[in-house]
Amino acid sequence: MKSLKKWKWTNLYLIFVFIMLYVPIAYLIFYSFSAGDTMSNFHGFTWTHYQELFADTRMIQIVVDTLMLALLASLIATIVGTLGALAISRTSRPVVKNSILSLNNILMVSPDVIIGASFLIFFTALHIPLGFLSVLLSHIAFSIPIVVLMVLPRLQEMSNTMLDAARDLGSTNLQVLTRVIMPFITPGILSGFFMAFTYSLDDFAVTFFVTGNGFETLSVEIYARARQGISLEINALSGVMFLFSLVLVVGYYFIQRGTKSHKAKLKAKGAVTNEATH
Amino acid sequence: MKRLISMAAIILAAVLGLAFWSHSLAKAQGATGDNTLNLANWGDYIDPALIKKFEKQTGYHVNLETFDSNEAMYTKIQQGGTSYDLTVPSEYMVEKMRNAKMLVPLDKSKLKGLSNFGSLYMNRSFDPGNKYSLPYFWGTLGIIYNDKFVKPGEIQHWNDLWKSKYRDNIMLIDSARDIMGFSLRSMGKSMNTTDPNTLALAKAKLDQMSPNVKAVVADEIKMYMAADESALAVDWSGEAADMMANNSHLHYVVPSEGSNLWFDNLVIPKTAKHFKAIYAFLNFLTNAKNAAQNADYVGYSTPNVAALKLLPKAVRNDKQFYPDENVIKKSEVYSDLAPKTVGLYNDLYLEFKMYRK
Amino acid sequence: MKKTTNMAFYVPYILWILLFVIAPMLLIVYQSFFNIEGQFTFSNYATYFHSSTYIMMTINSVWYAFLITALTLVISYPAAYLLHYAKHKELWLLLIILPTWINLLLKAYAFIGIFSQDGGINTFLQMMGLGTHQFLFTDFSFIFVASYIEIPFMILPIFNGIEELNEGLVNASRDLGAKWWQTFTRVILPLTMSGVKSGVQAVFIPSLSLFMLTRLIGGNRVITLGTAIEEHFLTTMNWGMGSTIGVILIIAMVVIMFLTGERKKKGGRRA
Repeated sequence: MKSLKKWKWTNLYLIFVFIMLYVPIAYLIFYSFSAGDTMSNFHGFTWTHYQELFADTRMIQIVVDTLMLALLASLIATIVGTLGALAISRTSRPVVKNSILSLNNILMVSPDVIIGASFLIFFTALHIPLGFLSVLLSHIAFSIPIVVLMVLPRLQEMSNTMLDAARDLGSTNLQVLTRVIMPFITPGILSGFFMAFTYSLDDFAVTFFVTGNGFETLSVEIYARARQGISLEINALSGVMFLFSLVLVVGYYFIQRGTKSHKAKLKAKGAVTNEATH
Repeated sequence: MKRLISMAAIILAAVLGLAFWSHSLAKAQGATGDNTLNLANWGDYIDPALIKKFEKQTGYHVNLETFDSNEAMYTKIQQGGTSYDLTVPSEYMVEKMRNAKMLVPLDKSKLKGLSNFGSLYMNRSFDPGNKYSLPYFWGTLGIIYNDKFVKPGEIQHWNDLWKSKYRDNIMLIDSARDIMGFSLRSMGKSMNTTDPNTLALAKAKLDQMSPNVKAVVADEIKMYMAADESALAVDWSGEAADMMANNSHLHYVVPSEGSNLWFDNLVIPKTAKHFKAIYAFLNFLTNAKNAAQNADYVGYSTPNVAALKLLPKAVRNDKQFYPDENVIKKSEVYSDLAPKTVGLYNDLYLEFKMYRK
Repeated sequence: MKKTTNMAFYVPYILWILLFVIAPMLLIVYQSFFNIEGQFTFSNYATYFHSSTYIMMTINSVWYAFLITALTLVISYPAAYLLHYAKHKELWLLLIILPTWINLLLKAYAFIGIFSQDGGINTFLQMMGLGTHQFLFTDFSFIFVASYIEIPFMILPIFNGIEELNEGLVNASRDLGAKWWQTFTRVILPLTMSGVKSGVQAVFIPSLSLFMLTRLIGGNRVITLGTAIEEHFLTTMNWGMGSTIGVILIIAMVVIMFLTGERKKKGGRRA
């Protein structure tokens, strides 16, 4: 009885947090159906903005390019960042560690305009043509620090005894890495990937400086439209993208659960027992 | 580990799929090498239907890249690596680019319909003889008022903004030149003042206005004003037109002592390559019918007098956006100031933003 | 042999540091010694340290970044903790990340609508008979929206930290008669500290150079170093002064890293 009450209370808090996170998005999507031109005063229901959107091949191309870029950049950033976190976790001297971490965080503390401008100078000095490649490199670059920050805590939690035990049992370094370390830090890696993806989707200033040859991302397009007022077509686009990612995320989750049904059952059981003990 | 690898594989597959899709979209839009025109423009600053029409008529493909600040666009062209054929800087930036030798002169023999442009909008100080630029849209700096809170006719001069009854009720556009500029103008000084003492006085005068200032914002000012968030705002005419379209209580006034006159202009940066396409496009946009269509879409004031004749009477005779000639004559165009003076304007402006009550 | 395979792993990361961190940083430091007219000078630093404007901005930046981080932490820790015990927790976690994929400017615009005079919150307050209030351009709305943006960046690492919490220890502490509060401060919090730390880093550091929200939601009533940098790079084109502030931000960050970073690795934290 007591646990039931607690369960309700805790859920209430989570529900509150979720409502807070989703209210602005609901607001955006709500106005995508407004017959007006802006996000003030609802003017009656319409699908016009969605029709506009699907007829706008330039916009669709921008969205496709943006997603492709974000996926690729965050994948590569996750790999490099994870390797970096492994490297940092193995340095034993605190001074070295703090120095590397400081270097790691420089791109996070520098405002986008500084990063964008210096990358632009850097790329033009090296004669790297501006376009998809330069944008990709930049996105990888500024996403790496967040991956490191997400992966590192889990690595540091890992006890050395665990690794020593694995080595004593005759595992090679590679085996220790793939069988012991990697599974343990997987949640951190996934968080890192998702955060990198977020960084890439959200970036505007850096992308603007280093892009060229007609390659454009959604953020750049949206910010550039601000002077003329952002049309509700963009709201419609956000609605579509949001729905799409929602389906993707939920679908992915349940497919995963399906394939690992046995494991999932065990996990669910564990969760139930956890609940019961509280 | 297996899970990670399979995920990576899925992501890679998705990237490949998207790359293929993007490629086929690009093909469908007819982007192939030499028949393109690379246009760098402000976001949503040209009717997309016009671009389609141009592509259909001429067979060129328009590659549109967008920017949201003159300075950022300048930096990119200066650093190289871009391949813009045409871009749309504001007037002071035309002067700056011209001085930095970043522009290609216009070949007047290839331009048709130059007479479409009104003489008021040609041969301006930033580009004498229009050697490098054609005006695209123009406008003024002025005051927007909401008739729910302010009676019509109450606002006529810059000095009205200092009245204590507008306490916490004015929004300013976040732009050093414009805010310092109207303060200078209210003192009867030029908006291109370079004397540090006069500038300090203008800033001190702004400080006195500080209790009236509700916020200093940029493009989002349109949303705020449309939502009745403030009684008054200082903003450009183009933005004013946008917000007025969404809130019928808003009106725009150019103070009678004159204001700033701004121009966005089409220029050919030195990175240009596709000259045939450039002139085809310039002539296409100069065409009265097309220019009228574009003005109708963008909602800014067009310098194309021939096009203006095609616009509805209500637009043509709107004194808010096509003010009388004497107001235009009293207004100043910003000139490209020396870096040091620009720095001074911005430092003073930053101090004003920091100053509270 | 072992050494070389190890090295091969680190090469990409080290290359990244060299090319995309150290090289741009040197460039920024180099630029910070030039004035607006392109002459070599130390005056940018002198200006910074002698001007009350910049000192004030620095204090503002640190103070607001602190407030944002604190609020985000207060909201996120319980959320992450409760998520840990929720069913389908991985799904919920993904759903927390999802809102971050919607463009920041659009979300800010949505908040303008929600907080405005005739927006959602004021309509609600009026219905409750509480009248309308000014929310926009207040410290409250600015800190609230900034925290909103940062919450997922805080929840994620904390959640990861709690995930590896050994239930046995928590239960043991309870069995030994510890109160809920004692269990939390003595067992749970210390064991999840590394997650909290990386969350704080992921939020505090970028918050130091916020500029867009200070304008959009704060109406430039709060001016931070980010605003100044933006202005120097994009309006004045005074890259020297902008870089100078950038260098100072970087130094501040490094100091924070060393102050909060680990000292000696002996014992202690694994108690």
